[in-house]
Amino acid sequence: MTERLFEGADWDFHTLQRITDACEEVALKDLGLDVYPNQIEVITAEQMLDAYSSVGMPLFYKHWSFGKHFAYHEASYRKGLMGLAYEIVINSSPCISYLMEENTATMQTLVIAHAAFGHNHFFKNNYLFKQWTDAEGILDYLDFAKNYVMQCEERYGRTEVERTLDAAHALMSHGIDRYPGKKQLDLREEEKRAGRRRQHEEEVFNDLWRTVPKGASKARTAISLERRRKLLGLPQENLLYFLEKSAPRLAPWQRELLRIVRHIAQYFYPQSQTKVMNEGTATYVHYRIMTQLHQQGRITDGNFLEFLGSHTNVVFQPEFDDQRFSGFNPYALGFAMMQDIERIVANPSDEDREWFPDIAGKNDVMGVLRDVWANYRDESFIAQFLSPKLMRQLRMFHLHDDPEERAGIRVDAIHDERGFRRVRRELARQHDVGYIDANIEVVDVDLSGDRRLILHHRVIKGSQLNETDAKRVLQHLADLWTYDVALIEVDGSDKVLREYVVSPRPITAAA
Amino acid sequence: MAIHIIDRRLNPGGKSLENRQRFLRRAKSLVQGAVKKTSQERDIKDVLEGGEVTIPLDGMHEPRFRREGGTRDMVLPGNKKFIEGDYLQRSGQGSAKDSGPGEGDSEDAFRFVLSRDEFVDLFLDDLELPDLAKRKIAQTESEGIQRAGYTTSGSPANISVSRTVKLALARRIALKRPSKEEIDELEAAIAAATDEDERAELVLRLEKLKAKTKRIPFIDPLDIRYRRYEKVPRPVAQAVMFCLMDVSGSMSEHMKDLAKRFYMLLYVFLKRRYKHVEIVFIRHTDRAEEVDEQTFFYGPASGGTLVSSALQAMHEIVRERFNPSDWNIYAAQASDGDNSYSDGELTGLLLTEKILPVCQFFAYLEVGESGGSAFDLSDSSLWTLYERLRNSGAPLSMRKVSERSEIFPVFHDLFQRRDTAQEKAAP
Repeated sequence: MTERLFEGADWDFHTLQRITDACEEVALKDLGLDVYPNQIEVITAEQMLDAYSSVGMPLFYKHWSFGKHFAYHEASYRKGLMGLAYEIVINSSPCISYLMEENTATMQTLVIAHAAFGHNHFFKNNYLFKQWTDAEGILDYLDFAKNYVMQCEERYGRTEVERTLDAAHALMSHGIDRYPGKKQLDLREEEKRAGRRRQHEEEVFNDLWRTVPKGASKARTAISLERRRKLLGLPQENLLYFLEKSAPRLAPWQRELLRIVRHIAQYFYPQSQTKVMNEGTATYVHYRIMTQLHQQGRITDGNFLEFLGSHTNVVFQPEFDDQRFSGFNPYALGFAMMQDIERIVANPSDEDREWFPDIAGKNDVMGVLRDVWANYRDESFIAQFLSPKLMRQLRMFHLHDDPEERAGIRVDAIHDERGFRRVRRELARQHDVGYIDANIEVVDVDLSGDRRLILHHRVIKGSQLNETDAKRVLQHLADLWTYDVALIEVDGSDKVLREYVVSPRPITAAA
Repeated sequence: MAIHIIDRRLNPGGKSLENRQRFLRRAKSLVQGAVKKTSQERDIKDVLEGGEVTIPLDGMHEPRFRREGGTRDMVLPGNKKFIEGDYLQRSGQGSAKDSGPGEGDSEDAFRFVLSRDEFVDLFLDDLELPDLAKRKIAQTESEGIQRAGYTTSGSPANISVSRTVKLALARRIALKRPSKEEIDELEAAIAAATDEDERAELVLRLEKLKAKTKRIPFIDPLDIRYRRYEKVPRPVAQAVMFCLMDVSGSMSEHMKDLAKRFYMLLYVFLKRRYKHVEIVFIRHTDRAEEVDEQTFFYGPASGGTLVSSALQAMHEIVRERFNPSDWNIYAAQASDGDNSYSDGELTGLLLTEKILPVCQFFAYLEVGESGGSAFDLSDSSLWTLYERLRNSGAPLSMRKVSERSEIFPVFHDLFQRRDTAQEKAAP
């Protein structure tokens, strides 16, 4: 009989090492996973709260809003309203997993399998992460960002820096490139770039230039609208990028701060698009590894039951009329879909053969799954692989709520032959970040006139912006732009629904 | 593949501390308001225990572009009876709206927990000890003594043995003073010697060694070192707080409660300024006694009223135990204002001659029944007396209180930063 990894609930660092080795063996040999090197760190509850407040990253620049989040989490944790996560995993190379010290040995095994192998494989192989994140560079970049913000505070004052960061944070969700550009992001290069820029400024600085009289500005000939838009790269949906490049009166350090916030937003962009897949993958992997370890006799029956208990809690999906319901649980949906794919590949029914001719009965479960994990995001994953059987099993239905409709909310489709495709399409759409976020673009700047910045919000399905928030965000935007900003909400037929105009607060003139 | 397992538990905590401070700084006025409000609802005993406060989210809001309204589509699990084309009744207005259970962003208030220190800091932020520098400058500092290296002269009590021996040893080694072992060895060799010539030579060597030993003393006055001390001015970091209270029959529970609240605030306030704060409770009727806290507030007593007895007791305690040059002395007296008429002169004399010169601060709090109708009447005998003293220049602070809610404002008023409140003349 194979040696047990541990007995009971206690663990020490040797146990962790054995557990990790055992998990690694299963993950690499049986599941064929491909992971970044692992770094496992044991932390306390307080450190976990710290990590929560800085979006899970081990280091981050200082800002009051993180203090606010910390205060909030701490309050609810102290009152027992909130449990803490068992682990946090960071998309970096080496892949860092934080384990809570309170976990039992079984839980540590579970989270190592889940985070250090499941998530880790997903981070390394999924196309979105490959395209948008630089796992090697992220920690160094965050370190650079932290120091840069600190230096700026020393040089230009805390309030100034805070104001710029506040504004950048407000626009963070609109500081993302949604389509890949020519260049891969290289965060290490970023750091050097900022250093070079500063050095260049210092080298060419000559106070005499200040004294040179400025000639009368040359009257520019009016250029055509098309030409102007092209020069400014319009329309532009990445507002932070646009401000960084084109805002007329920002100081270089302010542009660099915008750039930092933008890069960090971009780093998290893939995670928001792959919640279901990411958690589904990790849950499927930990389930496979734990089962395998139990079969090998390396985990006792008792410990395995403990694992099954927490696993069941994690993948619990309350029904819509349940008090605990708060949308689809990404763990539950993801895990169910991964298992469903396993079934389709290994043991398909006639229905599956008809719906999934490519993979049904292919028999190479891990091969198919690895391919899925690498090449899809939530939206396309659901649109492609949600099977009729799973829809029936979860009894999914689609509601259409039109406020104009007096009769009430219509049940548009249910889990039947007529509804499968519609339910699936709708669920996929619910997971499409591009569809959920407001579609806001910079469309024009009146450069020859009053320099007003004009943005459009394309309203989808009559869903407009929350007024108070929109005004506040626009205020931040105007402060950065330093001239008026107009946001026009238009619907599909270019009809103007609403127009906001905001002027910058005068204090920014100092910038 | 190398796997690193790292124990981070011992890393210094409080990584978020700075962010938290930034948050508090930003929200300062809001939090301060909330702290004051919370503290009024609380029992004074745990008024400064820290705890949860709620601030309006307005200034702390992090706005984002958010969409709302319009037609909504959703896919849900757990269908039981619906078929395509059914209509569901909307239950009430906007109940279908799911307000995300996120950061409380959807609410207009933000709740969080303040630690005890943060709470006290905010609570007492705009208060300060009365500026008594002109009167007390000598007393706020005392001379302390501090070690400062060695010296070659001093009193025998200060000889540093280890340093002296160390120097002596160095000197003996340097001058090659023969060691005891060397001499013993030689003596043994003499005893064992058989040859006379050899023996004579050895004896000669021994004589030389012994002479050298005599010439080079084991400890020379040169070696002696004394510990050196330096006098340094040291601020007095301790305070004593005298609580004087009239416990005669005319003081009701309500009045005692008011007094107690005031004492509590004063205690917390002093505690924040001084490392060490002692409290002395003196209660009096027509005679005064020092008691413990329990007896002070709850012990039964009855009799007439002689304020001078309490002042006399305080004076004696100060003389016996609290030397004014070592202690900052604060006193707060609470009374309903009754005093026997004949006692007035003695009280005034004690106060101006004995008590006030040693006190940093003396507050008189006149407590009244809830409703405070008594205050419409003429001033009490004690109040009249004290007011006369103050008008003739005695540094007295005095206030009247009849409601619990007035305690903090009165306290606040007494200790307000003077630069901001110069113009606010005391009543």
